[in-house]
Amino acid sequence: MTCPDAPVLIEICDLHARVDDQPILNGVNLSIRAGEIHALMGRNGSGKSTLSKVLAGHPAYTVTKGSVSYCGQDLLTLQPDQRSRLGVFLGFQYPVEIPGVSNLEFLRVSTNARRIEQGKEELDTFAFEDFVRARLNLVQMDPVFLDRSVNEGFSGGEKKRNEILQMALLEPLVAILDETDSGLDIDALRIVSAGVNQLTNAENAILLITHYQRLLDLIKPDYVHVMAAGRIVRSGDKALALELERNGYEWVDRELDTLEMT
Amino acid sequence: MVEAPIKHCSALNSWCDMLLDRLEPPSGPMAALQSISRNQLEALPAPDRSQEDWRFCDLAPVAEIEPQQICSLSKPTAPVIANQVTRVVIGTDQDPLAGVALPDGLTLLNEAELQQALGPNSNLAIAKGQWPLELNQAIAPRVIGLRVSGSVEKTLELVCDASTNRGVIAARLLLILEEQAKLELLQVQLSAGANLTSVVVGVHLHKKAQLRHGLLALGHPEAALLTHLAIAQEPTSEVSHISVCQGWGVMRHEPQLNQLDGGAHTELRALQLVHSNQLADTHSRVRFNGPEGALDQLHKAVAAGNGRSVFNGVVQVPREAQRTNAAQLSRSLLLSDRARIDTKPELEIVADDVKCAHGATVSQLQQDALFYLQSRGIAPPQAAQLLLRAFCDEVICMLPSAAQAWQPLARFLDGA
Repeated sequence: MTCPDAPVLIEICDLHARVDDQPILNGVNLSIRAGEIHALMGRNGSGKSTLSKVLAGHPAYTVTKGSVSYCGQDLLTLQPDQRSRLGVFLGFQYPVEIPGVSNLEFLRVSTNARRIEQGKEELDTFAFEDFVRARLNLVQMDPVFLDRSVNEGFSGGEKKRNEILQMALLEPLVAILDETDSGLDIDALRIVSAGVNQLTNAENAILLITHYQRLLDLIKPDYVHVMAAGRIVRSGDKALALELERNGYEWVDRELDTLEMT
Repeated sequence: MVEAPIKHCSALNSWCDMLLDRLEPPSGPMAALQSISRNQLEALPAPDRSQEDWRFCDLAPVAEIEPQQICSLSKPTAPVIANQVTRVVIGTDQDPLAGVALPDGLTLLNEAELQQALGPNSNLAIAKGQWPLELNQAIAPRVIGLRVSGSVEKTLELVCDASTNRGVIAARLLLILEEQAKLELLQVQLSAGANLTSVVVGVHLHKKAQLRHGLLALGHPEAALLTHLAIAQEPTSEVSHISVCQGWGVMRHEPQLNQLDGGAHTELRALQLVHSNQLADTHSRVRFNGPEGALDQLHKAVAAGNGRSVFNGVVQVPREAQRTNAAQLSRSLLLSDRARIDTKPELEIVADDVKCAHGATVSQLQQDALFYLQSRGIAPPQAAQLLLRAFCDEVICMLPSAAQAWQPLARFLDGA
């Protein structure tokens, strides 16, 4: 759902970043307004996941140039936890297993951190249990996973459901979902996608990183961007994703060659 | 002829001499053994870092403690006694068992049995020439000797709180678990001041006996703790020993287990935390004197500030210990660049048909886990605390359930 008058939630300008001495992002430009769903596609190694981690504030990446404005604030000066509390959410491609930390406790602490920032009341253990159980249905997740350690022993699909459950609890303004479809079987993909669709509204926005059209059949993007060599080389609507599905990425090489020549 | 070790002039030797001078003459049921150990200590050098076993463990801070015996502790501040717990308070001027209704299955050893158990041919006699043991026997006014028959439904809880007293307190416990006996024992050692607590626990398990022994030791930066655990296991017996130690200026824990004819099961779980200038040293030794014994050992340590953590884990598998299955893992967290961890698995394997695994890791908190938590709005100190709690709780949650009343996790992490 696009609306040209909707406020810009995130504005990425000429973003350059490196890990160690290796430049990965080479001038990303992207603007996302409230109510929009953007899909980011591209070959392995094109910089999609790096972009998501830079936006979330991963300490391994250094921004060397450019800016990111989030709701008018300089996002890059904020710590990862501040970004999250302000409503930036990264759904991990590989959610981290944390043995010994109860999933329920983790979700409660995390939810309360965001709620305090939003000026809402903190939830005690009992209130939170009710709150989380209501949201479990969104991703059809078995409550037994609440009693386990964070992501420990979860299957790939269960981990991704847990990510979307966190999105449901944290109610972010901008959710970056990094290959949420990877590791999901057909049913799980449908369930997780339905969960994401239920969480979208006119106030928030989603940046979907994916390789496959199958996710975009279920979560319909307003914009599709193709990334290559650390920048967005083409943007379009959902027809672009279909074109990629048909023709692959060979045209990207030609486009990059042209860019280099110019 | 082996030459006697020479007792050099050191602060700790002088401290020990002063302590011996100030002791009341030997008395009570332990008088004979007290005399023997006091004589031994006259000539025995105190541990110093030139001795291999004490290379990383400097007991010098003990010399700062008043060299006098604490004759009586006041009653500790302790949680309400749960139904399933029998509490014995050690170190007050009263007989610790006076007024205590021992649960079914527990009986006191009589004088003759006690003397036999402490005699030179017993498994439960202290190993001669070991300074911490001689020190304990020189001072301990009595030995609590108990026989365990059948399955004891209640947890036996021993509490010794040196509190803010100045000086040295020593306690000794002997347990004999008869065939098929079963006991859960929680030992709580506390201190809040400049004192030294010395505890020696001797246990003999007959066949098919089971012991679950938790040691919860929460100290004070000026306090020292020397604990020695000597357990003899007959085949088919099972021991689970869980130690959780934090807060002591100096702490040395020596669990020594001997599978007399192999065929027994030993589980060791340990967690120690040091910060400021604290030192915690666990020297464990498990010996298999026969075939088909099993050991499952996990030692965890957290070192912050200028703290130093030492682990030395000896596993002895002589020729007769074929088909031994032993696994030892040491996992340490180094939370400061000034903290230090020394960890040393020491496997002495002669038998050729055995499985003996060992591993040691020293790391900081996992960066990817920290980032994951941060990316969910959790501030770095809280994220670190969550990870630290998870690391520690893996051992703390294994303490006998009676330990919960002491809020071990919260109190343990208070010192982190």
